[in-house]
Amino acid sequence: MTDHALASARPARRRRLPLVATLTLVLAAGALTALAIGPFRLSLPEVLAALTGRAGGQAEVVIWNIRLPRVLAAMLVGAALAAAGASYQVLFRNPLVSPDILGVSSGAALGAVCGIFLSLPMIAIQGFAFLGGLAAVSLVIFIAQAVRGVDQTLVLVLTGVVMGALAGAATSLLKVMADPYDQLPAITFWLLGSLARTTSADLGLVLPSVALGLVPLILLRWRINLLSLGDDEARALGVDAPKLRLLVIAAATLITASVVAIAGVVGWVGLVIPHIARMLVGPSFATLLPVSAIIGAGYLLLVDTLSRTMATIEIPLGILTAVLGAPFFLYLLARGRRGWA
Amino acid sequence: MIRSLFTVALIALLAQSAAAQSPRIVTDSAGRQVELPERIETVFAAGPPAAILLYVMAPDRMLGWPRANRPDEREFLAQPYADLPELGTLTDQGGEANLERVVALEPNLILDFGSVRDTYVDLANRVQAQTGIPYVLIDGRFENTPTALRLLGEILGIPERGETLAADAEATFARIDALLADIPEAYRPRAYLARRPDGLESGVVGSINTEILERAGGINVLGRSAAARGLVQVSFEALLAADPDVIVTWDRQFHESHRDDPLWSRMRAVQEGNVHLSPVLPFGWIDRPPSLNRIIGLDWMATVFFPDRYQIDLRERTRDFYRLWYHIDLSEDQLARLLP
Repeated sequence: MTDHALASARPARRRRLPLVATLTLVLAAGALTALAIGPFRLSLPEVLAALTGRAGGQAEVVIWNIRLPRVLAAMLVGAALAAAGASYQVLFRNPLVSPDILGVSSGAALGAVCGIFLSLPMIAIQGFAFLGGLAAVSLVIFIAQAVRGVDQTLVLVLTGVVMGALAGAATSLLKVMADPYDQLPAITFWLLGSLARTTSADLGLVLPSVALGLVPLILLRWRINLLSLGDDEARALGVDAPKLRLLVIAAATLITASVVAIAGVVGWVGLVIPHIARMLVGPSFATLLPVSAIIGAGYLLLVDTLSRTMATIEIPLGILTAVLGAPFFLYLLARGRRGWA
Repeated sequence: MIRSLFTVALIALLAQSAAAQSPRIVTDSAGRQVELPERIETVFAAGPPAAILLYVMAPDRMLGWPRANRPDEREFLAQPYADLPELGTLTDQGGEANLERVVALEPNLILDFGSVRDTYVDLANRVQAQTGIPYVLIDGRFENTPTALRLLGEILGIPERGETLAADAEATFARIDALLADIPEAYRPRAYLARRPDGLESGVVGSINTEILERAGGINVLGRSAAARGLVQVSFEALLAADPDVIVTWDRQFHESHRDDPLWSRMRAVQEGNVHLSPVLPFGWIDRPPSLNRIIGLDWMATVFFPDRYQIDLRERTRDFYRLWYHIDLSEDQLARLLP
């Protein structure tokens, strides 16, 4: 890391600190509001009483066992997907990249669908999803490294697309073969993403692996920023681009696979949120990463709150993120803003 | 931190509910030991099959239906239960119910009737731990029907009702067994279940959709499949080659259009007039959903397969079945619409 790169980025951070603080406060307020909203009517004082263990009875069941795990999971999943999306976008120097570019979602979906098809317990379905996501990306990297003499990024992306298509085909095959009453609906529901079943145990399960992926990204955010300059420039500045790229892919994949395992396939967050963050703080990854994560957390918190309160039945997350995210994305495109690296 | 508080909250809750009522322990079909309150006044049905099981056993304990009944279905259901609200399901069978809503309804019990495979056992354990509401899983296989009825009778504290219905289901199974005992394989009809308006969706041997076909003595023309367990797409060519003796369907659209269809009209079964439309009100007689509604479907299908040998007055039987199971007295008009 050179002094030059640090010197040019650091003042920017100082200006942005109030923004990060503001966003964090807004997120905290949002989380508290979300805790107070739900089909089971509770006032804010009742929610606070339940949180501190003074309410007793059903209010505590609703807050501690149902609402709090879900609110926390929504924020975790949103933050993770947005952070992974921001990392991939910097890595590939392309704003149209989302976390599933290397096939992690398709692989995870295939793993989970296998688990549902075999009627396994929930924990095994989650494990299959996690491993499926990791396996798909490992395979992509392995193949891309075996193919030499071509633009590495191009090979990675194309292999990712192919892997995604293959996993998608296998998933469709399993859907055709699945039991239409007890498996097919579960598969469909999983593929659309939902936090309806999240328990505090699920959170405990994925938190370590999300942290394991997030920490290197945060620590290396200055260096990762240099990847956006291109390999040659990065090398000139003392960064081993191929190695760093691999590390970022590993970290972002770990994060995505972990949250997909508990939430199912939730699209659009990783694609759209980094754009919003970029509009606010510019393209520097060092600030883009935390800001993306906070906005992502807030966005999914909003979407999940809608999903559990709009109707008697749950509306799958994937549907809402697309319905809300797609028009916004078009709006961004129409504005023609080039706020990106 | 969260977990420990969660545990404290759970223990507090359990302690509270234990003090309120004297509990009893019931073992469900999955072998889970579930602690139940002495009286069960209200039950949340986790999916469509469970809602039907609950409706036939004790409609007064129902809180609602997985989805609101359509007007044509309401006509064949007893009031006021027909108009109960839509609550969604807990089993991912279309329309996920919100857990908070379930807690807000304060049911004494959550009932699921269907698969007792690991995924569903796990789901039951999780929902029970999260909501603190006892969750009972009952095996929904067709052959298990009498056992399921008796088990629910015991759980709800109405063993006589469970016994009455179980005996009727057993009598139906016995009637079919007696019929089939004298009919060698060679004389059994080769049958096809046509689903969807184009009639080209069906199930292979072993699928829950065609279970009743085989139970009533038919031979599924699609046979077994190594790959599929559920619904399959059938090509018309394969069907023409399989040449079924009888085609059964519950799809009104298919039944209306098949005779004029250039392809279907070539089938031998169609030319011989052997395409039979099953009643679907208030619940399907063949599947949709695969629950107790298939008991009357069994009598209907045996009549279709063995019109000369199955000695039963289907109209009388239907009238009795709807009175005993569905709590309604069919009018002549209704009966005529069910069995034209």
